[in-house]
Amino acid sequence: MKTFKKTSLATLLSATAMFSAMNVAANEDPVKLGLMLPYSGTYTALGEAITNGVKLAIEQEGGQLGGRDVEYVELDSEADPSKAPQNMSRLVNGDDVDFVIGPVHSGVAMGMLRVAKQTGAITIIPNAGLGAATNELCMPNVFRTSFSMWQDSYPMGKVAYDQGHRKVVTITWDYAGGKEDLTGFEEAFTAEGGEIIEQILVPFPSTEFQSYLTQIASLEPDAVYTFFAGGGGVSFVRDYAAAGLKESIPLLGSGFLTEGNLTALGDAGEGVMTTLHYAETLENDANQSFVSAYENAYGEIPDTYAVQGYDTGMMLVQALSVLGGDTSNQERLIEVLANVHLASPRGPLSFSDSHHPIQNVYLREIRDGKHEVLRMAYENLEVPDDACQM
Amino acid sequence: MDLAFFSVQLLNGLQYGLLLFLIASGLTLIFGIMGIINLAHGAMYMIGAYLVYDLTLRLGNFWLAILVAIPIAIALGLIIERLFLDTLYKRDHLYQVLLTFGLILVLNEAQRIIWGGDVHRVAVPAPFDASIQLTDNLQYSVYRLFVMGVCLALAGVIYWVMRHTRLGIIIRAGAVNRDMVEGLGINVRTLFTLIFSVGVALTAFAGMIAAPLTSIAPGMGDSILITCFVVVVIGGIGSIKGAFWGAIIIGMATTFGAVLIPSLASMVIYLIMAAVLLVKPRGLFA
Repeated sequence: MKTFKKTSLATLLSATAMFSAMNVAANEDPVKLGLMLPYSGTYTALGEAITNGVKLAIEQEGGQLGGRDVEYVELDSEADPSKAPQNMSRLVNGDDVDFVIGPVHSGVAMGMLRVAKQTGAITIIPNAGLGAATNELCMPNVFRTSFSMWQDSYPMGKVAYDQGHRKVVTITWDYAGGKEDLTGFEEAFTAEGGEIIEQILVPFPSTEFQSYLTQIASLEPDAVYTFFAGGGGVSFVRDYAAAGLKESIPLLGSGFLTEGNLTALGDAGEGVMTTLHYAETLENDANQSFVSAYENAYGEIPDTYAVQGYDTGMMLVQALSVLGGDTSNQERLIEVLANVHLASPRGPLSFSDSHHPIQNVYLREIRDGKHEVLRMAYENLEVPDDACQM
Repeated sequence: MDLAFFSVQLLNGLQYGLLLFLIASGLTLIFGIMGIINLAHGAMYMIGAYLVYDLTLRLGNFWLAILVAIPIAIALGLIIERLFLDTLYKRDHLYQVLLTFGLILVLNEAQRIIWGGDVHRVAVPAPFDASIQLTDNLQYSVYRLFVMGVCLALAGVIYWVMRHTRLGIIIRAGAVNRDMVEGLGINVRTLFTLIFSVGVALTAFAGMIAAPLTSIAPGMGDSILITCFVVVVIGGIGSIKGAFWGAIIIGMATTFGAVLIPSLASMVIYLIMAAVLLVKPRGLFA
């Protein structure tokens, strides 16, 4: 009996010692951030801007999160949906990261969400705008710091109607993201009393737009609303201007049409109006210091993708400072993340019950190669998330 | 559909088709005569566009940039053929496919290292930076007309070389029976080097003159590659005439398919390919 007591006491003591040692070790271990972003292919620029933004936010805090060093694990998602589950598993199970940040591409997001569901890994989406991520497929461990396609296009519906447009042609690529974007615009525009006279869907990722421009000219609408992004956005705006349509039929779009494309657009972009949750010319303190810090660090003006990365970083900075760097209690961690309020470069930013940003959307026009903010298009816009249950 | 609308769409289809021909001609030459499926063909198109973008910035003139870029493209073809392909001729096709697939990865990565991930453009060069009025609200870029002219002229030159020169006879004979040509004392190795360099240069040149009409972005060559394979298969492998008519058919089908049967727009070129293969399994002009 005596010996038993002795041994059990010793065991208990050593167990306690081990446990506290582990606790110390956990706090001294670096926070591991897994970045699952495209570092090759069409979306390379987006992946790099987001990475730059995340790192800038953390660098400003002395390179630490809640007093712990930060280790980055960068994984090229190749914007390839078929590789998404495997890549995400590698980060979560192989590299044992504390947070996964990604992706850019909505198709990749679908694959990642599946693994996020199975593993419970805390995932912060810094771009992909598929509505389902914070609606039908929402889950406690998934957050989004960017937008949904609907959120950036919905405000344009009223703007277009207020500008006097009644008959509009909409055009996008024939894929989920493009169609979700058009849905937002069409919902608001027809609710005001406007009419969509034709919805044109271009095979993805074709950038051969001539025949569609001819079709638009013959339909003679009051305005054209469009969603294209990246190289496709540049091609469409340039072809639209070269076809002489810009003067007679105003071109409207969600901000992704021109975001990150200003130099490539040149004169063709002048006068194009878009709605988005950010513009580099926004006049608030947070944006002005962000723009100059970003320019100092990377030698270029940030775009919305960089801001989304930056806010992802700031979200972690705020949450981990509240927790003192302790990420061991996941429930508490999720609660703290959900209550983050940021004075973001894009304006005030908080999160809905489905973990989607509640944010302002601005009406912007390209003037002298910059996105000038004309006015607020919608203040503190919250995204419908009736299908979200968690 | 009124007449004006129809004629403008005809023009659009013709212009797209002619550009496709220029890209596909190199592919069909290399495919037909050397028996090599050059998967890196689209990447060469991309390299052409990036070269002319870079050189226009450096030299300040688009036309000068093209003059400098063409020898670079020929040299690239030469290096790839002599250094890599040359060692694989005796091997199975699969090795060549693997090699050219690897080249896509290498060229795409090289593009990223040299030029980065941003989207770029080349301004439409003078004296073609104007447009003509087609209908009351639609204009057409003069540069597009110029590109059509260049493609037609090059098609003429290629046709003349193939039909009326000794080189053309050798090439055509080589496409039919390579061993016989070799048996007649023609140096096939030199012929292969020539064909591959010319093929690469044609594609890169297509990328160069298309640069002011398109956005220059990573991966821009990947989607064009598939379309070019469809063109080559429809026309008949190795046939320049086939590549020409195949490209025009695909150009027209894409243009009219997009507005007349939008729900099938992304499938229409493959449906045509399937139909052609059912009737003429070796392509229209093989």
